[in-house]
Amino acid sequence: MEPINTMKRREAISNSNLLLLIAAVIFVLMYGIAMLCYPRSFFQYQTFFDLFSLNAALIIITLGETIVMIGGGIDISIGAVTGLVTMCCAVYLESGNGSVGGSILLALGIGIAFGIMQGFLIAYLEIQPFIITLAGMFLANGLLTTIHKDPLNVTMPHFVKLRDAVIVIPWLGTMNRLGNFIPVEIKPGALVVVVLIIILSVFLHWSRFGRNLYAVGGNSQSALMLGINVKRTKFFSFVLCGLLSGIAGFVFIMTTGAGNVGNASGFEMKAIAGSIIGGTMLTGGVGNPIGSPIGALTLLTINELIRAAGINSNFQAIASGLLLCLFIVLQNSVLWLRRTGGFKLKGIPNLH
Amino acid sequence: MQNVLEMSGICKSFPGVRALHNVSFSLRKGEVHALMGENGAGKSTLIKVITGVYEKDTGQILVEGKALHFRSPQEAQNFGIGAVYQEIMLCPNLTVAENLFIGRGQHALVNWKRMKEQAAHLLHSLDIPARPTQQLSSCSLAVQQMIAIARAIDMNCRILILDEPTSSLDEEEVQKLFRLMRELKARGVGIIFVTHFLDQVYEISDRITVLRNGEFIGEYEAASLPQFELVSKMMGKALDDVSQIKKEQPLSNQRGIPVYEAVGLSSTAGIKPFNFTIHKGEVNGFIGLLGSGRSEAARAIYAADKVISGEVKVNGKKVKIREPLHAMKLGIGYLPEDRKSDGIIADLSVRENIILALQVLKGFFKPFSRKQAELFAEEYIKSLNIKTASTSTPVKSLSGGNQQKVIIARWLLTHPEYLILDEPTRGIDVGTKVEIQKLVLKLAREGVSITFISSEIEEMLRTCSRLIVMKDREIAGELSGEDVTERDIMYVIAGGGTQP
Repeated sequence: MEPINTMKRREAISNSNLLLLIAAVIFVLMYGIAMLCYPRSFFQYQTFFDLFSLNAALIIITLGETIVMIGGGIDISIGAVTGLVTMCCAVYLESGNGSVGGSILLALGIGIAFGIMQGFLIAYLEIQPFIITLAGMFLANGLLTTIHKDPLNVTMPHFVKLRDAVIVIPWLGTMNRLGNFIPVEIKPGALVVVVLIIILSVFLHWSRFGRNLYAVGGNSQSALMLGINVKRTKFFSFVLCGLLSGIAGFVFIMTTGAGNVGNASGFEMKAIAGSIIGGTMLTGGVGNPIGSPIGALTLLTINELIRAAGINSNFQAIASGLLLCLFIVLQNSVLWLRRTGGFKLKGIPNLH
Repeated sequence: MQNVLEMSGICKSFPGVRALHNVSFSLRKGEVHALMGENGAGKSTLIKVITGVYEKDTGQILVEGKALHFRSPQEAQNFGIGAVYQEIMLCPNLTVAENLFIGRGQHALVNWKRMKEQAAHLLHSLDIPARPTQQLSSCSLAVQQMIAIARAIDMNCRILILDEPTSSLDEEEVQKLFRLMRELKARGVGIIFVTHFLDQVYEISDRITVLRNGEFIGEYEAASLPQFELVSKMMGKALDDVSQIKKEQPLSNQRGIPVYEAVGLSSTAGIKPFNFTIHKGEVNGFIGLLGSGRSEAARAIYAADKVISGEVKVNGKKVKIREPLHAMKLGIGYLPEDRKSDGIIADLSVRENIILALQVLKGFFKPFSRKQAELFAEEYIKSLNIKTASTSTPVKSLSGGNQQKVIIARWLLTHPEYLILDEPTRGIDVGTKVEIQKLVLKLAREGVSITFISSEIEEMLRTCSRLIVMKDREIAGELSGEDVTERDIMYVIAGGGTQP
């Protein structure tokens, strides 16, 4: 009898990667449709990179949310914290004796402080993350309006230089109507995003903390029994998320150049939506940091598409809502089919 | 021989339940020590006290002669205590290799390549049909169990705890596990083995410790404790205080009309098709060890598990019972085994808990008036002698026995024709036990048919006029009449077949 085992085995794709794959396919499809319908804008590289540059803060927040969600938690304070960071930086930079370096430290400090506070209450006192971060959101919103109510444009020369800085990619670009070559310009914020995605992907895949986080999100009771320090893992996931909110806040003000009460408001919900579309499961244990930018960009592409079509902007929200709903149904049906054995993305011979 | 683990005077209570009371346990180097006891005897609690999942209330734990207590499973693990728990404690979303090694490494970074190699080696050496990079959730339950065991074995532990490791393994896999256990034993590892398969206990164990109702019954050499005696130790002899109630009058053995009849009933919980009949005013009982199918049989009758096959007649009429509500409407009540999770609704008041079943029957859109509910509650608080401050007291603040009475009251209020009581007396004090037993007999005289399930053989003998002995998920024999003794029952359980 021929041994079956000599057959080359293909590995079953993990749930995390499967959902990531679905997210990527959907994004490519979405962008493809956009290119076909509106070739004039979407066929330009600049449009794609603008999505990245102008929404860098949102993508960073989504990364943070993804990390917390992989650990089985949720953080709804991140939008408000980001907003608070922008205003604090603006006030500090405009105070006369501020510096760009100082404002970066300030941004990171505020983010980490929120992360530590919330993480401690959630992990060590075992309070529901939803409630704690809701309280954190109110706190950050309150602080924001207390510090400064009106829009505050930062005029400090060093900062303005940073704000206006662009990175030109000379070998990538499009011809304009006059036949001149316009190279692609990206904002430094987009660079921060790329660096963070790489660091976090590596971190979650190769670090002990990263793997423990997946275990805790998958089944925290088992994780405890397997000898993982569940509380510390949860705590650090929130601290990391807070840190990313701080970074996002600085990137936000670096892009817009002003502190404003409405900065980053509602970002937490977009981040949750982006994470889920990017293949993170709200139940924890499944997700991928590469999925976060894909999820966020998918949402943004829809909005751009609707704007390009000239439809009432209310439809943006409706479309996002429908897409999110559709995507969750898709996720769950794929995972359900997989559990019941009706869906196979693998070629493993039966081992029994 | 040196004791690697020595525990004495261990007590542990949870709100409303005394899980362990003054328990001692010792484990030698290089022995397999079986921890035996019925459901709720405290085996799992004792294990979780050792591994630091629970903190003991009082008592002393000596590990290799030093007084230690672990505050978390990782501390126990670092010290060399490996455990395989009854419920598989692994992460389904991770790969097999990760499940084998996560939580063990001290390095900040994961070396995937080395981990996969080590995992492949380990899986190969134990002959486990799984690949390191496979996601755990795609493995069968038996393979997952083997992986949990492989992990514990690979840790080079000094003490290995196996809590029901064989429940999902087939005979061949069990033998493989036993070979491993013997190898580890030879290396000087102390193994604590929990199982409800008696044959396996005698095959592998050196010593046996028996727990019952959270109390230490005794420690025995396996070779000098016949299987028959082990069963009787686990099930318990009469408590002196309880023996005061006798069958007050011989239960009417005359067979009236059958209230409930089933032919070939089976459910998804794994109970083999069985035939069962109960007559009006009869008290019968399912008796057997944990895992024998006694609860599953009751759940199949009430359709608490999905019924697969069987023909059911209630009061002579053919019916199909698909869900508990059908059973309720036909006058069948079921008091579940697990009071905490299936019975009481802890935060609701005594009153609300009592009227719950009747309210369900009446329909939620036709609520009882407060006054009516109050009347119902007061009636049963009085007749069952429930000790509660008021009808509005949350049920969770009552003692275990009184909680149980509240659930019984809930069913009595619906005036059932047939009541199934699954372990109604577990974990409650002796006085209340007697009251509940008396109540069962009183109800039977009033014409209610009752199926009584209990781990305590004495209790069953006192209350039931017919005993159905379960073994390996089917009916092994039926005993009735005045002359049934503990010996008869144990003979059927331990040996199989009725005594000539």
